[in-house]
Amino acid sequence: MLLSALFACLFYAAAAVLAAGLAVKIVLYARTPAPLKIPTTPAPATRSGVLWRMLREVVLFESLFGANKWIWLFGWVFHAALALVLVRHLRYFTQPVWGLVEIAQPFGIYAGFAMLAGVAGLWARRFLVERIRYISTYSDHFMLALLVAIGASGLAMKYVARTDIVALKAFMLGLMVFDWQPLPADPALLVHLALVAALMAVFPASKLLHAPGVFFSPGRNQADDSRERRHLAPSARG
Amino acid sequence: MAAPEVHAPALKEYPVIPILAAGSMAASKPYVASEKINEALGFPGKLVDDWHGRAIAKMGELLGESRALRVYLDSCVHCGACTDKCHYFLGTGDPKNMPVARQDLVRKVYRRHFTLAGKLFPKLVGAEDLTQDVLEDWYKYFNQCSECRRCSVYCPYGIDTAEITMAAKEIMDTIGMGQKYTNEIIGKVHKIGNNLGLPGPALKNTLETMEEEVKEETGLDVRFPVDEPGAEVLVVVPSADFFAEPHVYSLIGYAKVFHAAGIRWTLSSHASEAGNFGLFIGNYEQMRKIALRVREAAQELGVRRIVVGECGHAWRVAYSFWNTLIGPFDWLDARHPVPQHICELTWDLIQRGAISFEREKNDHRIVTFHDSCNVARGSGMGGIPRGQFILPRGIIRAACNHFHDMAPETIHEHTFCCGGGGGLLSDELLELRVKGALPRMEALKQVVDAHGVNFMATICAICKAQFSKVLPYYKFDMEMIGGVHQLVGDAIRLGRND
Repeated sequence: MLLSALFACLFYAAAAVLAAGLAVKIVLYARTPAPLKIPTTPAPATRSGVLWRMLREVVLFESLFGANKWIWLFGWVFHAALALVLVRHLRYFTQPVWGLVEIAQPFGIYAGFAMLAGVAGLWARRFLVERIRYISTYSDHFMLALLVAIGASGLAMKYVARTDIVALKAFMLGLMVFDWQPLPADPALLVHLALVAALMAVFPASKLLHAPGVFFSPGRNQADDSRERRHLAPSARG
Repeated sequence: MAAPEVHAPALKEYPVIPILAAGSMAASKPYVASEKINEALGFPGKLVDDWHGRAIAKMGELLGESRALRVYLDSCVHCGACTDKCHYFLGTGDPKNMPVARQDLVRKVYRRHFTLAGKLFPKLVGAEDLTQDVLEDWYKYFNQCSECRRCSVYCPYGIDTAEITMAAKEIMDTIGMGQKYTNEIIGKVHKIGNNLGLPGPALKNTLETMEEEVKEETGLDVRFPVDEPGAEVLVVVPSADFFAEPHVYSLIGYAKVFHAAGIRWTLSSHASEAGNFGLFIGNYEQMRKIALRVREAAQELGVRRIVVGECGHAWRVAYSFWNTLIGPFDWLDARHPVPQHICELTWDLIQRGAISFEREKNDHRIVTFHDSCNVARGSGMGGIPRGQFILPRGIIRAACNHFHDMAPETIHEHTFCCGGGGGLLSDELLELRVKGALPRMEALKQVVDAHGVNFMATICAICKAQFSKVLPYYKFDMEMIGGVHQLVGDAIRLGRND
């Protein structure tokens, strides 16, 4: 029961850091003025055009595709697989399980491998490509190591040392309503959960801020309408 | 003492990403501005004693004023997409000329002072304090960025290195590390009205001479009016157009267009400069003050329209920023775009059949077009998507029979900087300028070999000056470079237009 309490507290803390940290950053991004119009070509002329551009950027990584096909391939496969894996994991937090999550289930399993392959490709580039080796910091490697460990421990539970998934689901459902249930004491599971909590906690203080950041990037989210519409940031009005 | 000789890198058949040559450009830096120059702009004359504290304070201030800076400093994941996109990196191999590495010079200081992770674990996240060495690196490598924004096109988050370079320059100006070339020029604009420091009487003289020369050539009274009240259009041109070659030929081109179309226009001695170097140092107030001269001139002369000549960064400032800086423009004729680019005006006249060309007069030329970075990536034309690419090429095709584009990955929004933009068009940076021109020279060589191209047209005064200087280093003729309106001026039908 001590273990359950420990992990329950760990997840409450990690979730709180993630939510509060992201909220602070997002409010900061939203409140900081953008004094001038600086969209990058090809910039759409309308707000709906901007939404379409952002959608392509976020779903397809359009700019990255134009920049480097290898980074795009590894990066896109990793993110798409991660999305599927996350959707699949919703089954441990919902009762009854949503229809969409049921559909994603078989794909989500294989996505685990794709996710690892993508991360491995990105990590290999940090060693093999001279330019990327030059710009890599310890935290870049640390982040990739974290993702590999999370993916590997997750797959280990499926293919090597299966955990008591029914008990885990009971723990997670209980966690959400503050009704703590016993957590299976399997090493792979404990490692997996601890690392996920760590990832959640470092999110708002790391380069993972690219996730909210992309939506606030003036180069991408501004419309090319500077002659038609006078752009005045609050700070410029004074 | 003779300056060290500068050698151009060899042109390769295919562009090759260079092997890193750490520190290869560590000796390249521009002259620091004198006390007099800095103080004229309200900056400290020389490096202040508490420069560290003031620099960090200024960084904090800028973070509060610029969403771009804040988001861009947080969002980079070091993916490497930008690492082979900068012309200065491609030409020099210096790893600090990779956009991400350049940004990291500021980012590491930001992390150290403004993020929790950087305060707690500086080594882990690559955070570093602003030491004397780091400041030296800032001065060197932010003066090796032409703010061309090519890297931002490829960044998955749209991170714009120009915004970070501008912030770094702004911080350096605040602590007395201003750059001579740029700050001296800004001072001249405030004092005299243009970047070259050409006073009103000299300007009038020059224009009269030009009128006489065109009269000799054409037998017609093509006018070059200045400060003429009652004109419909105020034309603001880069001051190089008044006497530098090949710039003057474009000015003659504009004058012939107005003559042929019968539009009354004027230049202004108060706003005899389209360029706005306030952009290059990232200083909003300087940029606004320089732009204000145009508004003042236009209102005093009572014109109905403002047209901007062939100047790349000027067009970005005019197109993207003027409305914010010196708008609204409700006192101007709303039937025309405000401001309007000279290419928009000429293109419109061509479309309406108001001007026409004897194209064979340009038959000795096989033309290509160099997209200038600020036009390509920071502006528009004609109110249509990609108009800034379509209109200049449309005008060239209307005025010339032979036109060939360079390789697609080197034009439009992918265009390479000439190597002299962003306030780097200074003699002491010649090595950087020659090497930075390499990617463009390689693309040019391809069309020279394949199609016999002998003229590269462009619509930017900095591009023209830079290419005139560096083309010979690559064994090209310096007269290959010229303006779009030079081609227009050479082929336009004057006199009766029926």
